[in-house]
Amino acid sequence: MFERKQFSRAAALAAIAGLAAVAPAKAEDTVKVGLILPMTGGQASTGKQIENAIKLYMQQKGDTVAGKKIEIILKDDAAIPDKTKTAAQELIVNDKVNFIGGFGVTPAALAAAPLATQAKIPEVVMAAGTSIITERSPYIVRTSFTLAQSSTIIGDWAVKNGIKKVATLTSDYAPGNDALNFFKEHFTAGGGEVVEEVKTPLANPDFAPFLQRMKDAKPDAIFVFVPAGQGGNFMKQYAERGLDKAGIKVIGPGDVTDDDLLNNMGDAVLGTVTAHIYSAAHPSQMNKDFVAAYKKAFGTRPGFMAVSGYDGIHLIYEALKKTNGDTDGTKLVEAMKGQKWESPRGPISIDPETRDIVQNVYIRKVEKADGELYNVEFATFEAVKDLGKTKK
Amino acid sequence: MTSILTNLFDGVAYGMLLFVLACGLAVTLGLMNFVNLAHGAFAMAGGYVCMVLVNRMGWPFFAALPLAFVSAAAIGIALERTLYRHLYTRSHLDQVLFTIGLTFMSVAAVDYIQGSSRVFINLPDALQGQFDLFGVGIGRYRLMIIVICGLLTIGLQMVLAKTRFGSRLRAAVDDPRAASGLGINVPQVFAFTFAFGCGLAGLGGALSAEILGLDPYFPLKFMIYFLIVVTVGGSSSITGPFLASLLLGIGDVAGKYYVPKMGPFVIYTMMIVILIWRPNGLFGRTAAR
Repeated sequence: MFERKQFSRAAALAAIAGLAAVAPAKAEDTVKVGLILPMTGGQASTGKQIENAIKLYMQQKGDTVAGKKIEIILKDDAAIPDKTKTAAQELIVNDKVNFIGGFGVTPAALAAAPLATQAKIPEVVMAAGTSIITERSPYIVRTSFTLAQSSTIIGDWAVKNGIKKVATLTSDYAPGNDALNFFKEHFTAGGGEVVEEVKTPLANPDFAPFLQRMKDAKPDAIFVFVPAGQGGNFMKQYAERGLDKAGIKVIGPGDVTDDDLLNNMGDAVLGTVTAHIYSAAHPSQMNKDFVAAYKKAFGTRPGFMAVSGYDGIHLIYEALKKTNGDTDGTKLVEAMKGQKWESPRGPISIDPETRDIVQNVYIRKVEKADGELYNVEFATFEAVKDLGKTKK
Repeated sequence: MTSILTNLFDGVAYGMLLFVLACGLAVTLGLMNFVNLAHGAFAMAGGYVCMVLVNRMGWPFFAALPLAFVSAAAIGIALERTLYRHLYTRSHLDQVLFTIGLTFMSVAAVDYIQGSSRVFINLPDALQGQFDLFGVGIGRYRLMIIVICGLLTIGLQMVLAKTRFGSRLRAAVDDPRAASGLGINVPQVFAFTFAFGCGLAGLGGALSAEILGLDPYFPLKFMIYFLIVVTVGGSSSITGPFLASLLLGIGDVAGKYYVPKMGPFVIYTMMIVILIWRPNGLFGRTAAR
């Protein structure tokens, strides 16, 4: 029933599109990229960073590639999947875009997946981080990360570094549960023990009681995953309650200490160890240039979302170069598979089998440099694939 | 044993905070019979004013707190004079639609001006951390909240019960027509009360940034908590919402500590049980009017 309705709507849209196609197309030498990002709402900082990074990339590299002019069309979906779908339909049918990209959260990326398949155009996921996304359409390619990548690595690292007992505090929603499960699997397989497991509601006003419980469980460390934005509250209350003085460390995937928010968290966050794909303090020359240019253009530090956007647009450019400007979607996806390049985060590539990103995962510790807080990388796990998929 | 006391302490602090945030709403909703869903917007305004003063202009935290109160009250009185007073006589549905619209506008405005990410107020060192009192962990910041909010509550109760203004307000609420017949300037009393309620919310917003987190979605996220406090407490006095806030604060903290899996539901379960038992709230007037 539902599907039929969708189909007839798509058919109607296609008919309209057919009519529109009769009009003389000026667009032979423009390539349109439809960006769907949360520019308003709770995820707006994600959208802002990706948009900024793409602007920066196009300033640096020019807006022409393989003889084609790149045109970006930005739509705001406020991270609501229904709106994502509408936006994707408009972009594909009315604007006839050659790529869709962006997608702040997993449900948004999934909502656009069937449309990408139908329209046979590449969907470049630049933010959402659940493993299953790339399995939902053969046209999805990802340049961000998966939670499995960082959560398994921090689990492996913790057991090897003298952390035996861990209490977990994760937000009760899909990414939180993903992070928890992947961490637990790797941590317990290595001989660690999870002594306390707490899932906090997504809209959680006060961490006090949960933290008190953590403190009383006396673990070596707390594994934490909370949505960006709540990280600061968590760290403040962690210090207020004296968990740092009780010798309980904080570990987790790097979302908690996102560069975007890190500086506001206060010194309580010093010493937090996380595993993640990007830090603004990554010591490569390319990253230094990237951070400097980004800061100059937008006045803030880039976070991992900015880098994902920067790599996303890079991948689109490279694919067009490889097809010599041919905009056939299937050929473009083929061209994206196996691409390898040096990103501000380090060497990355697109796995030809899963179309997911393969990248280094770094273990970092929060330290102070020049009066600002940074995630300083001290160990590297090279070329990590998405372990959420390879298991199947 | 000590963890019970620490939880109790945390619960009291949380409850007190809820009270300062919500008691303005108890006044507008209960005393003035006006549904003001935009109450949280005033709290957010106070919070952001405090944040800008402390973080950007280098004011000391304790100097910025009164200004959070004053600015929220000023915004309150401006809006009351220009917009709210036209709606006093309208139906509750109109009031709800108007104030929820105002809430969304405030969210969008703050998002536009300050960005959507969560902000924190830089606290003086003296307010950070915990100290031990007979083995019970006492958070300094939470202790300060309890002191400030406790004093405020006593002050409010005194003003309402003992002063001339308090009796005017009660008279204006009980029977506005008779009160104005006796020479009480009812609109003025209401305007002042409204502004004071907004000021309290602003102060609450500034205090809550550290514990609840402050971002542009604050008015929407905490609207439900304010409404719970007012419905459970009944809206005919200050004591009702006060005790309801404490009960909910302690219940919420204890629930999350002892049964973390059920944690988020405790506060709602308590509300449902209390409202079944006493539909007008703990201290509601039974079938008034």
